[in-house]
Amino acid sequence: MKRLGFFTLVLLLSLYCLGPFLWQLITAFKPTAELTTLPPLLPSRPTLGHFAAIFAGHPFLRIISNSLLVATACTVLSLAVGSLAAFALARLPVKRKGLILGLVLCGSMFPPIATVSPLYIIIRTLGLRDTLLALILTYTSFTLPLTIWVLTHFFRSIPRELYAAARVDGCTPFQSFRRVMLPLGAPGLVATAILVFIYSWNEFLFALTFTATPASRTIPVGIALFPGLHEVPWGEIAAASVVVTLPLLGLVFLFQRRIIEGLTAGAVKG
Amino acid sequence: MSRSRSASRATVFSFLAPALLILAAVLLYPGLSVLWLSLHRRLLIFDISRFVGLDNFAFLIQDSRFWNAFGNTLYFTAVSVAAELLLGLGVAVLLHRAFRGKGLMRTVLLIPWAIPTVVSAKMWEWLYNPDFGLLNYLLGLRINWLGSPALALHAAIFMDVWKTTPFVALLLMAGLQTIPPELYQAARIDGATGWMAFRAITLPLLKPVVLVVLIFRTLDAFRVFDAVYVLTGGGPANTTETLSIYAYKVLFQTLQFGYGSAIAVTVFFFVGVITLLYVRQLRGVAV
Repeated sequence: MKRLGFFTLVLLLSLYCLGPFLWQLITAFKPTAELTTLPPLLPSRPTLGHFAAIFAGHPFLRIISNSLLVATACTVLSLAVGSLAAFALARLPVKRKGLILGLVLCGSMFPPIATVSPLYIIIRTLGLRDTLLALILTYTSFTLPLTIWVLTHFFRSIPRELYAAARVDGCTPFQSFRRVMLPLGAPGLVATAILVFIYSWNEFLFALTFTATPASRTIPVGIALFPGLHEVPWGEIAAASVVVTLPLLGLVFLFQRRIIEGLTAGAVKG
Repeated sequence: MSRSRSASRATVFSFLAPALLILAAVLLYPGLSVLWLSLHRRLLIFDISRFVGLDNFAFLIQDSRFWNAFGNTLYFTAVSVAAELLLGLGVAVLLHRAFRGKGLMRTVLLIPWAIPTVVSAKMWEWLYNPDFGLLNYLLGLRINWLGSPALALHAAIFMDVWKTTPFVALLLMAGLQTIPPELYQAARIDGATGWMAFRAITLPLLKPVVLVVLIFRTLDAFRVFDAVYVLTGGGPANTTETLSIYAYKVLFQTLQFGYGSAIAVTVFFFVGVITLLYVRQLRGVAV
């Protein structure tokens, strides 16, 4: 009886988490005429029409490839720069280590809205308005605190002796970083990479303000400003939502454990 | 360790420099620059830029729309964070046991967090739709959730609670795992009930994790922009306009960069205050 109650709760909880997205999924397959009638809940004749429409009528492929490019570039940059700094903070004799880590953590508290006006002016002055480069640089900076924080935590969990042994064997600090710390820290790198990727894939405020034309938009802006002629095209919005969310669900399914490790690094283990 | 084996200062610096440089250029400089901007009257379209001292802040104090946004932000933050923490704690305690499919359950809990905020806002806008929305259909009602000034902010809070409670639960579950099970066994032997054990063991030992979760959630809620902006645009009648949304509109719809920056600076200020308050608390419990 108690077991039954527990599993009912778990089932309800799952429905609560998944329900809204499932409804979006159902909506994406509904013929336009059935969008404005309830019941039926499920489409009588499921259609791929909305999916065809988003790829035919709008620069949707362009928007997806923009997001892919920005998120990938930001992930690579943030990890490359962040792992160097994290390694130094974890293993090298850095003066005022606590202060630097504290400042880095402060960086992650920065409200995006408080930096958007100066950044906008800088970007306009440099002629980077409406370019993906502007987004890549901004995202790299906004994800760096998280990257450094999480990776420092992961590098510290690698036994100190392994790094010391590499140094005794004649490796320079950089060689021991590349040959010992990076391979052993791979799980942490994967966790961080996914967090950074998801951040850049989902970011809205900077993407909205720094881009001007549909050709340079990323996914969140593309979806928020979905073009509709007379009425809101709910079917197409649903289809687009499903398409851009599926890659993230894939990541979550494959790397659930890693993602939670990354999210809790520092937060839970202190 | 001998000098030759420990890294030289130049080496250490070269590891740190790229990160510090980027942080200084794209985070620190704009952070200081926004303070400077807020002391100006700056209209981007007319190329007007004039130093006006604290005029923007003097105006801000009398700006009823600012206080409205401030109230909305506080309400949104307080209600959503409290709900997320209580519900999240309940879920975490419920799931803190061994059962088949626990890994899958964790994945399910991660999904609302991973869905792009803009997508979830659009999703909820559709669920809240007064004519064809699933919510009204299931409840047998015809309520204009996002169109009524009394309900819209609560609808936004409900969406945020949906998206974030599972995430809070996951972090708290990780925290629960660090509590040694022997403590509960000892409590049971001493005749403690489940509730007593929860109050005497779980809550005090979970406090550091709870505080960290609270810091991140409070700051996120206080800075909220995209979720509410896409869901309601700040309407109806500005009843869901948060500080970030108001600042955004002043900056990019009316292009008043000075005044918009002043609003943004207040967000900055309150985020700093919130952080300090929590950090002081956290210091008290840190071992």
